[in-house]
Amino acid sequence: MVTTVTSLGRSGLSDWMIQRISAWVMTTYLVFIFVYFISNPNLNYAQWAELNSSLPMRMFSLITILSIAAHAWIGMWCVLTDYITVRLIGPKATAIRIFFQLGMIAITLLYVIWAIDILWGI
Amino acid sequence: MLNVSIYRYNPELDSEPYMQDFQVDTQGKDVMVLDVLEKLKTEDPSLTFRRSCREGVCGSDGVNISGKNGLACITPLSDAVKGNKLVIRPLPGLPVIRDLVIDMSQFYAQYEKIQPYMINNNPAPAIERLQSPEERAKLDGLYECILCACCSTACPSFWWNPDKFIGPSGLLQAYRFLADSRDTATEERLANLDDPFSVFRCHGIMNCVQVCPKGLNPTKAIGHIRSMLIRSAT
Repeated sequence: MVTTVTSLGRSGLSDWMIQRISAWVMTTYLVFIFVYFISNPNLNYAQWAELNSSLPMRMFSLITILSIAAHAWIGMWCVLTDYITVRLIGPKATAIRIFFQLGMIAITLLYVIWAIDILWGI
Repeated sequence: MLNVSIYRYNPELDSEPYMQDFQVDTQGKDVMVLDVLEKLKTEDPSLTFRRSCREGVCGSDGVNISGKNGLACITPLSDAVKGNKLVIRPLPGLPVIRDLVIDMSQFYAQYEKIQPYMINNNPAPAIERLQSPEERAKLDGLYECILCACCSTACPSFWWNPDKFIGPSGLLQAYRFLADSRDTATEERLANLDDPFSVFRCHGIMNCVQVCPKGLNPTKAIGHIRSMLIRSAT
């Protein structure tokens, strides 16, 4: 058992499940938006604003944003723990890795808050 | 004449590793890579490699042959030679002790972690713990592993985190005991694997399956472990 404190779900299984579920959410959103654009070739601003100000669409967008954030957190955490390690770049690696992990988490959370502000500001 | 290029490194003499070229007369025969190494060793006794059974059972002579991990003793030249050239390097990712001999401590440490032995605290029956043919069949494709390390040293996740990721070989063995009807420590075994590294660093790229000289499928075993973790945790 390897302990971790900066991974999203702490357990390998929960990270794995979040990664799969968030991938499905993002795919569904992409397909929906694609189909929406295809079926509305003469889309204007009023229509677009109406779609995005409806509560179900806001929920859908928010869930997708949370999925992107979780997916990115888990993915970036994997990349950082693969390549910024004491084995590969020496004893300073731990400090550098924590710096990047916390930076990555902070940026992810900022994007989420900013996205919520945009969604509910329409 | 076959051109052979071999990774050489003697830490007592060389400041860094280098590739040494040899020419070998195989008389047109499709011999095994190990035969070529043995022939070269008669010419240069300092050439160092591990070997024992020479029939793919002991797992000693795992090396990287023209870019692909495999056992030198059961890899024929016809599978390994590209453009009349044979390149032999040590298995990648683990420290080199000398020439083609690697330090496998890290690999064995991961094997030890998964408790590769039967755990059953129930009183032993008079004769033996019985299994049905179906229960026994579940161990096929798992127990055959010879711990040659070809799979784990072909795995990038094991290269980056050999101290945290169990690796395909260890996980195949972990599932061998999880799948054994006579073992009673399933929950403890699963609990020891549920972290972001031990099992879940496997991203399913299947290098392990591609190189296994025994034709085993560690990726499939890892999938079974994941399913067991999901079953026990949801």
